[in-house]
Amino acid sequence: MPQRSTAGTELAKCPTGIAGLDEITNGGIPRGRPTLICGGPGCGKTLFGIEFLIRGVEQGEPGVFVAFEERPEELAQNVTSLGFDLHRLQKQKKLFVEYIHIERSEIDETGDYDLEALFLRLGDAIDSVGAKRVVLDTLETLFSGFANEAILRAELRRLFRWLKDRGVTAIITAERGDGALTRQGLEEYVSDCVIVLDHRLSDQVATRRLRVVKYRGTSHGTNEYPFLIDKDGIDVLPITSIGLSHHASTERVATGIADLDQMLAGGVYRGSTVLVSGTAGAGKSSISAFFAKASCERGERCLLFAYEESPQQIVRNMKSIGNDLSPYIRNGLLQCIAARPTTFGLEMHLATIHKAIRQFSPRVLIVDPITNFFSVADPKEVKAMLMRLVDFLKMQQITAVFTSLTSGGHALEATEAGISSLIDTWLLLRDLESNGERNRAMYVLKSRGTAHSNQMREFVLSSHGVRLIEPYLGAEGILTGSSRVAQEAKESWALMQRRDDTERKRRGIERRSQEIEAQIAALRLEMTAETEELERLIAGENAYERKVSADKEVMAISRKSIAKPAASGRRLGMKRRSVAS
Amino acid sequence: MTSRKKAAGNDLDSWNLRLYVAGQTPRSVAAIANLKKFCAEHLDERYTIEIIDVATNPKVARRDQIVAIPTLVRKLPVPIRKIIGDLSNTERVLVSFDMRPRT
Repeated sequence: MPQRSTAGTELAKCPTGIAGLDEITNGGIPRGRPTLICGGPGCGKTLFGIEFLIRGVEQGEPGVFVAFEERPEELAQNVTSLGFDLHRLQKQKKLFVEYIHIERSEIDETGDYDLEALFLRLGDAIDSVGAKRVVLDTLETLFSGFANEAILRAELRRLFRWLKDRGVTAIITAERGDGALTRQGLEEYVSDCVIVLDHRLSDQVATRRLRVVKYRGTSHGTNEYPFLIDKDGIDVLPITSIGLSHHASTERVATGIADLDQMLAGGVYRGSTVLVSGTAGAGKSSISAFFAKASCERGERCLLFAYEESPQQIVRNMKSIGNDLSPYIRNGLLQCIAARPTTFGLEMHLATIHKAIRQFSPRVLIVDPITNFFSVADPKEVKAMLMRLVDFLKMQQITAVFTSLTSGGHALEATEAGISSLIDTWLLLRDLESNGERNRAMYVLKSRGTAHSNQMREFVLSSHGVRLIEPYLGAEGILTGSSRVAQEAKESWALMQRRDDTERKRRGIERRSQEIEAQIAALRLEMTAETEELERLIAGENAYERKVSADKEVMAISRKSIAKPAASGRRLGMKRRSVAS
Repeated sequence: MTSRKKAAGNDLDSWNLRLYVAGQTPRSVAAIANLKKFCAEHLDERYTIEIIDVATNPKVARRDQIVAIPTLVRKLPVPIRKIIGDLSNTERVLVSFDMRPRT
């Protein structure tokens, strides 16, 4: 055995570029190794090989197509309808088509031989374009070209070793045999990865399916995956996963619950994915039903997949919380598809959803609940399926609402963490138990691109619909239900008391100030009276003085007439005057 | 039988043989020797042999759709015949070239 280049522990993978396949294989087929693609006639083997090479060229990996059955011209013609231009790629030296034709009728064998010319031609083809990918379609044709099977098998063994040594990622197609994967037992040479294509009828519907039968050293989806061959090549279906190139709408759509819209700054983005998770009876279905109602009110079609209740049951139950969906079912805006999750496998569910979306073209899709898928498949596959579904929905700008049942355990929380990366807006419903009551609470765990409320609201369902009440937040934590009501009553009583107190104090102060005002007025009056009295006194004194002065004058004059007027007398008079003044 | 030989004899001038080999492997060397011996014994030197080494020029192998080595191609006379192997069994070669009846 030649030495293999398996230095790393991780198996290097080569993305095929075929829609959906790389998800199933967790990254592609083994790089630098041969992969066997087997299937019956007309199941798409050749196209698979061609697309593998075309996608390789797009990723900068040139390829060689070794055609054992079809002529290069036929081949190019056959894939033109799928939008593949082989001639152009050949001219650009990115693709080499090696046509190997063995006309059995003109060949005879005598003696020993080998297939060295095949190796040399293949080697030359690989070198001429620097090929990283090789497709051999269909190698088994060699078995009809050569009589000596012993030589052929030895040479095939050598061929696969040689391909590995060349480090090319190869796809070998083979016809499916009865009871065996391939007619000539090629699977014994290709041990790393075997993919089976199938095209069969079930319920009068032909479905192409793909299955990774074997993939050494890596995990892969083991189910049969339906695939389509359409104008874009192969789509491993039902949901194509084209990646994160979808358009991001800035339009917001209402959730149907006014309080929730408020918490989400106006609703959720169109085309986004909403997860409503919560324990049993937390109100998940109710919330999703309001989404449905809001959608129908906008005149947008809504598709509801119910995996727990029948449509009639949903309508009846929602009516009890003031959400009558029956008119929308009648006018065709709302379509309910109910099925038990265990009725089909995961892929069939996905196919059903996909088909319904294509037929109904809704703007809102509700899946209630996604957790039921976990009963039919393992979480990884469910996640892969949801990823494809979400990608598909985003491409179609369909707003999705998934509900998810959580239990107290950790397993489902881990599951949710697994799918949370797919989710744009996550509403978490919780039950709060206290004081012998169970109340619903809701908060927005995340909402991408939204300045959402961080509050935990009490979620109240009544016959008038849904309300999200701001709960009491206090020293004792969150109070909901009757505790909240009691607390609120207590608070409003306290508030009333405080208001009373204030009013009383206000009135007291008013009264006091009125009293003081009155006192001021009285004092002012008193002061006025005093002032008047004083003025009166002064005036009286003045008049008296003038009178005295006048009398003295008179007296002095009269004395002068009796005696010689003396200077002292005058002095005296003057002195008095000065005293008086 | 005679007529067949004559018919073959009439076309002897235009026998055109190409032998595809890959390098100087024992098998290739044996094939060349066997072919020369066959021609000398059965074709009276009225033939041309072209020995083509695919190892030095793989592209020529596409011309005659060569897969196995060694391959002898009789271009002329028509119809084109290919014999793969080291030509060790002369009888088989004669049968292939319709110089012996097929059994």
